[in-house]
Amino acid sequence: MGANGLANGSSSLSGSNGLNGESSKRYASYLANSNRYEAVDRMLDRRGPWTDEQFVGGSEAKAFLRQKAKILVIGAGGLGCEILQNLALTGFSDIHVIDMDTIDISNLNRQFLFRESDVGKSKALCAADFIMSRVPGVKVTPYHGKIQDHAPDFYMQFAIIIAGLDSISARRWINATLVNMVDEENEDSLKPLIDGGTEGFKGQARVILPTITSCYECSIDMLTPPTVFPVCTIANTPRLPEHCIEWASVLEWPKTFKDKKLDTDDPEHIEWLYQKATARAAMFKIEGVTWQLTQGVVKNIIPAIASTNAIIAASCCNEAFKIATTCAPYLNNYMMYTGNSSIYTYTFEHGKRDECPVCGGEASLVRISKDWTLEQLVEHLKEAQEFKLSRPSLSSESGPLFWYDPPGIYEATKGNLDKLVFDLLGPEGGAVSVTDKALPAANLSLEIQFE
Amino acid sequence: MIKIWSVKKNEEAAAKKKPKMTAAQLRVQKDLTELELPDTMKTHFPDPADVLNFTLTITPDEGIYKGGQFNFTFAINPNYPHEPPKVRCTQKIYHPNLDLEGNVCLNILREDWKPVLNLSSVMVGLQYLFLEPNPDDPLNKEAAEDLRRNRQSFISNVNTSMRGGSVKGERFDSVLIRS
Repeated sequence: MGANGLANGSSSLSGSNGLNGESSKRYASYLANSNRYEAVDRMLDRRGPWTDEQFVGGSEAKAFLRQKAKILVIGAGGLGCEILQNLALTGFSDIHVIDMDTIDISNLNRQFLFRESDVGKSKALCAADFIMSRVPGVKVTPYHGKIQDHAPDFYMQFAIIIAGLDSISARRWINATLVNMVDEENEDSLKPLIDGGTEGFKGQARVILPTITSCYECSIDMLTPPTVFPVCTIANTPRLPEHCIEWASVLEWPKTFKDKKLDTDDPEHIEWLYQKATARAAMFKIEGVTWQLTQGVVKNIIPAIASTNAIIAASCCNEAFKIATTCAPYLNNYMMYTGNSSIYTYTFEHGKRDECPVCGGEASLVRISKDWTLEQLVEHLKEAQEFKLSRPSLSSESGPLFWYDPPGIYEATKGNLDKLVFDLLGPEGGAVSVTDKALPAANLSLEIQFE
Repeated sequence: MIKIWSVKKNEEAAAKKKPKMTAAQLRVQKDLTELELPDTMKTHFPDPADVLNFTLTITPDEGIYKGGQFNFTFAINPNYPHEPPKVRCTQKIYHPNLDLEGNVCLNILREDWKPVLNLSSVMVGLQYLFLEPNPDDPLNKEAAEDLRRNRQSFISNVNTSMRGGSVKGERFDSVLIRS
C-alpha cells in the first residue's frame, strides 16, 4: 500500500536525521509531489460497492487521515515495525509508539527499523527515528516505557489504537482500560482497538470497539494453554526430546542447585541443561536434543516468522485505514490466519460475552434463595466456576456489605456475614459491586435476585 | 473517521443495572481492599459506611520519629483518582515537611499526583517522611533549617516536641505512644 513515491526518499537514509542541502531539496520535492498518495487517493475519491453511507470521501477523509488522526501503536517489535511502516506510508502523519523493550541482536532479522548499531537502545525511540528519516512529513512520537504507567487521560488523546503485543497480560490491561474509559456522555471516549498477534505461521487480527463488540477478555478462554508435560512422563517415560529437556530443567536443576534460580537468559545455565538432557536422551535412545531446542523449550520460544508479521500488520493497518476514512466496512470482528496449512484465513464475528468481567454491560445475574446469608453469597463467589474469587469484598449502594480488608472495615462489616442478604438488600435484591485481586477488571457488578 | 457512536446507539439498549456507585467509590474500594500495610500503619474508619473519609495512624519503628504516633485524615472527593486524596495531619508536629496547621508537603499529593498512583502509594509516601525528613522541600522552614544546620540539635528538638514540649516558643502536641 502506498509504495509509490518511496523511491525518492529511500536514498536519504544515511543513519542521521540531519539534512544536507541535496537531501533537503529532495525532501521538499517529495512533500510537494501531489502524486505521493496516488494509490491511496483512488480509494478515497470514490465510493465502492460496500462503502458506508457516512462516507464523504475526498478532501474531508484525506484531511482527517493526514492531518487529524492521532494513532497509537503499542509495541515496536516484529509487528510494530511493520505496522509503523504501513501507517506512515498509508498517510497517517501523527503516529505515536510505545514499547518498554530494548533492541536485541536476535530482533534484527525481522524488525527492519533497527540496525546492528541500535542493539541495546530503546525500540520505540529507534523505530520513531527511522520512520521519520525515511518518510518525510510523518511525525512519530515515541514513549519508552510500560503501557501500565500511562493513565486513561493519555489514551484519551488517540483516535485509534493498534496493538502489536506479545503478552497476554498487556493485552488484557489495555483492553480493560479502554473498555472502562467508555463514558456514555462522551462520544470521543470510545477508542477502536485493533489487536494483532502472531505465533509462528499463525496469526490473528481483530477489531475491538469497546462495549460494542466482544472484547479481548470475552475470548480469553480461547487461548491455548502453554504446552506442559506431565511430571510422571518426564520423570519416568520420556519419549520426546522435549521430555528430556523438561526433566533437566524441572527436576534436575532444583535438585542440583537447590535455591539457585534457573536464569533462562544465561548461556551457561542453558549449556548445563543441554548436557543433562543430551545424556538422558542417549539413555532412552531419543534423538533431537539440540542447544537451540533446549533454549526454545525452557524459554517457551515460538519462532517468529517475518512474513506472518507482515500479513497480520497489513491487516491491522488496513482496518485502521478503513476506520479512519470510512471508505470500506471494517472487520467484524475476528480474522484468523493459518499459514501452516496453505494461506488460510477465516473471519467470524466473535460474540460478546454478557457475563464478561470487563465489558459485560449488565451486571452478572445471581439468583439466590431468600434464606441465604451474606456468608453463603461470599462462599458462592469463591467456589462458583464463573467467579472463582479468592477474597471478594462486597459493597452495595449504601456502603460496604463485607470487606476482607482493611481491618477497620472488616471488623465493622463481619457482623453482616450472618445476616440474610434478603434483609441487607431488601426484597427486590439489588446491585452489588465486588472487588478481588483475581479480577482483571477493577470491579465485578452483581445483580442479586431472590428465587 | 467512522462514527462508532451511532453503531452503539443502534445497539439494543440493554438495561444496565450497575450499582449507582461513583467511579471514585469503586476505585477506593479497590484501593482499600488491596492495601497491604506494614504493622507501622493502620487505617480507622469513623463511619464504616463512608469509605471516602478515614484516618491513618503511622507509628514509625525506626528513625528520628520512632516512639511517636501520628494521625492523618484522608478525604477523597468524587474526582478521585483524577485528583489526589486530601491528606492532613491532625496533630501539631515539629517536622520540616509538615506545617503547624497539619498541611503535608509530599510531591505525590500535589504536583506529582497521577491517577495511576493509589492510596497505598500515598501512605507509603507519608511513612517515608518520618523516616527521611526532607529539609530541601520545607513546609516548616525553621525545622528544615534546624535539620540542615545541626542534625543533633534537630533530633533533640524533635524529642522535646514529641513529648509535648516547646521548641523555639512553639508548643507541640504530645505524640508519644503510652506504654
